[in-house]
Amino acid sequence: MRIHVTSVLVSNQEEALRFYSDKLGFVVKNDVPISEAGDRWLTLVSPEDPDGVELLLEPDGHPAAKPFKEALVNDGIPFTSFLVTDVQAEFERLRDLGVRFVQEPASMGPVTTAVLDDTCGNLIQIVHMNQ
Amino acid sequence: MIGKWLLAYHRGVREADGDVFKALADPTRRKILDELAERGGQTLFEICSRLAMKHQLGSSRQAISQHLDVLINSGLVTSRREGRYKFHDIDTRPLDRLTDRWKPSENKEL
Repeated sequence: MRIHVTSVLVSNQEEALRFYSDKLGFVVKNDVPISEAGDRWLTLVSPEDPDGVELLLEPDGHPAAKPFKEALVNDGIPFTSFLVTDVQAEFERLRDLGVRFVQEPASMGPVTTAVLDDTCGNLIQIVHMNQ
Repeated sequence: MIGKWLLAYHRGVREADGDVFKALADPTRRKILDELAERGGQTLFEICSRLAMKHQLGSSRQAISQHLDVLINSGLVTSRREGRYKFHDIDTRPLDRLTDRWKPSENKEL
């Protein structure tokens, strides 16, 4: 058994696609219509690992999803975390693209982290391991 | 009337001092202040992360949230909302009053 998909619950799949591809730099792996309402099976992968785990941009239409997301954002909690080579460099790159950070890079023991807003109702952590 | 106002005022100040001493009496709350002094504008998550990762203080989010409430009531921490986010900052002004209290002062009015 292997992990092949992990989800982020997004308020709008098209806006999410723009953010996760144009800003973060992921590429589309699967884009399949699955409902008459326009929902898609929309997954992205990292260009550094095209056969790796896929990120599913999943509609947050379930009534429990929005209160859950809002409660996490209120406390600044990123539900999803991405590994990068250099958090400071990635922070500067994304900030220059207009990405909003709620936590600028901070070294915390074994890790350096920063937290950004994905514009679709989620906070995302980026992390690297300190040597 | 003036006397009553002074009494009321002094009791208010003393109670506020008590809140500050109480807030400072706990080592976790002092660590929170250390971290907020290092950088302002932290979310609850960042504070929890710093305590866990830097200081091995694996308190629950609820516990840290309660510590923050004590610090906010003492005036040592302020919270502000920016859109959907909530940030916390340190405010050291209540500390000034504490130390002034026992300093010799010739012109001190009681």
